[in-house]
Amino acid sequence: MLSRTLLLGAASVLAMSSFAHAETLTIATVNNGDMVRMQKLTEDFTKKNPDIQLEWVTLEENVLRQRVTTDIATKGGQYDVMTIGTYEVPIWAKQGWLLPLDGLGADYDKADLLPAIDAAVSVDGKLYASPFYGESAMVMYRTDLAEKAGVKISEKPTWDEIADAAKKMTDKSTETYGICLRGKAGWGENMALLTAMSNSFGGRWFDEKWQPQFDQPEWKKALTFYVDLMKEAGPPGASSNGFNENLALFQTGKCGIWIDATVAASFVTNPKDSKVADKVGYALFPTGGVENHGNWLWAWNLGIPAGTKKAEAAQKFVSWATDKAYTELVASKEGWANVPPGTRKSLYANPEYEKAAPFAKITLDAMNAANTTKPTVKPVPYTGGQFVAIPEFQGIGTAVGQQFSAALAGSMKVDQALQSAQALTTREMTKGGYIK
Amino acid sequence: MARSVTTQRKLTFTILGWAIGLLIFFPILWTFLTSFKTEGTAVATPPQFLFFDWTLENYHEVQSRSDYMKHVTNSVVISVGSTLIGLALAIPAAWAMAFSPTKRTKDVLMWMLSTKMMPPVGVLVPLYLIFRDWGLLDTRLGLVAVLTMINLPIIVWMLYTYFKEIPGEILEAARMDGASLMKEIVYVLTPMAVPGIASTMLLNIILAWNEAFWTLNLTAANAAPLTAFIASYSSPEGLFWAKLSAASTMAIAPILIMGWFSQKQLVRGLTFGAVK
Repeated sequence: MLSRTLLLGAASVLAMSSFAHAETLTIATVNNGDMVRMQKLTEDFTKKNPDIQLEWVTLEENVLRQRVTTDIATKGGQYDVMTIGTYEVPIWAKQGWLLPLDGLGADYDKADLLPAIDAAVSVDGKLYASPFYGESAMVMYRTDLAEKAGVKISEKPTWDEIADAAKKMTDKSTETYGICLRGKAGWGENMALLTAMSNSFGGRWFDEKWQPQFDQPEWKKALTFYVDLMKEAGPPGASSNGFNENLALFQTGKCGIWIDATVAASFVTNPKDSKVADKVGYALFPTGGVENHGNWLWAWNLGIPAGTKKAEAAQKFVSWATDKAYTELVASKEGWANVPPGTRKSLYANPEYEKAAPFAKITLDAMNAANTTKPTVKPVPYTGGQFVAIPEFQGIGTAVGQQFSAALAGSMKVDQALQSAQALTTREMTKGGYIK
Repeated sequence: MARSVTTQRKLTFTILGWAIGLLIFFPILWTFLTSFKTEGTAVATPPQFLFFDWTLENYHEVQSRSDYMKHVTNSVVISVGSTLIGLALAIPAAWAMAFSPTKRTKDVLMWMLSTKMMPPVGVLVPLYLIFRDWGLLDTRLGLVAVLTMINLPIIVWMLYTYFKEIPGEILEAARMDGASLMKEIVYVLTPMAVPGIASTMLLNIILAWNEAFWTLNLTAANAAPLTAFIASYSSPEGLFWAKLSAASTMAIAPILIMGWFSQKQLVRGLTFGAVK
């Protein structure tokens, strides 16, 4: 009798604990402004869904990537919702690691997603992650410096136009540098810029047979142009500058032109942090002789790992965080300038948003100009844009990035950097079984 | 004459000592100062040392975003727990190797140390799978177990060298008086090796406190210690140095204070046996 009571007791405790457990969603996310804002709005979600609690795990991007990759690959089940990039979505979806999002509810309105973003997070027409915010890349420049130097940057500039303007804006005596571009090695740092740049010069990473193309004239042209321009009009020590370093330089008035992610526009126009908030002009990512604006496209998305036991609650959360009502919620609490950009057409049709964010139109144009399914002028066997969507790219991209960073620092010649990039990429791709 | 040379030498060494001390301490000081800056001033060139608008905004922000106490509790439980269990396992092991060595003792010690030579990421996936199957992911128990294991070789090695300094005759005398093995270790060996054990303990608590590979990779929300707390304040897009510095200051404060109070013990233990 006693043992039966004990057993019953134990069973009910277990049942209760699993019941309580089922209500807590663990969400892994990166630390950036939009995500932190979402975390602060948790209450709105828990009020609407009193049976679901949220537990946040915020990590630095690289730590997060390593962490969630280990978990999802081993089906560890630690997270119910993961913040992942457009790089991971197609790779993970094909591995069967992500649940297709088919229960987002009637209000979700998939048709409202920007086509480029929708394509980046869908595989075979099915949505595998829901975009939270998206970005492309564009030119940001100082209108006052441009005026002073007597140059005009058109809405669709060419690289020659940019180089000319940058050189004229440079005044090293006042520590004003015409152009700031990423130089820090990394597949998501300098290689994002250089891959997009090579795309705009007509280059590509691989031909249809997965042969690396660093020995082709387009890459040589792009890299030579980059190194020469940075030498003449860039800041000192540029080979260690990434997004944040360039942001700090631009905000403190030390850069004439900065070409980087569109999300930067909201930082540089924020008068609280930026000295140049009211002097910023915008243009599309430059072209280098072919009709290609780099095809830079990135989005942070919410995906649900296949190992979760709380798929239904997780979809509820994803829907809450990425539907149109969320945008309005942020706008009502923090103002229109602070809503997560770059995912929905409706946001760009909203006159209030356009008023609050002067960079809205150019951001939309930049995003619409990006095509991840056809990133280069010449045919390629991969999708992507400022990256190549294959699992090996993180490793290869960073190794190639180190060569190009060395070329920028002057410790290696451009030809030498291209040669070793070609050699190491060929080696890795052969090892990976792409090159037979 | 000789006296003045001594004073001069003393002065030189004092200045040198202070200079090296400040050099080593500087990163911590800079982190501390940065934590009171705004994000803009934190990255300003030229860097601003003391004359800026001091603000507590970062601490406020960090407090409102993270559950600091939860992370501190986890850190304390994990570092102290793993060290105590490690000591309980290592004291008998080191005793055996120090006082009744065999032909293979040196090899055993070397083998134990060799486990530290493998990069931890090499065993991440197998260990992750074991943790998943045993339900140890994101639990303090799991972390205590893994940190005990990875620090055990160091504890054994340190204790072994301390125990070697203790004359075996004293233990023999205790045995002559009829002390059992257990009594010999607890009442004779341990009291004599207290400085050594204490410094081993302190050093291991610090090692476990700072361990950032396993504590990040095996935790999510519940068992995450201060390393995860710090890792949440770096950002690829946006300035974060001031907030990161505030988080770092808060994360190192407890261990720094502990080190401060126990430095006498620590130094005594680390130089134990140096003067024969």
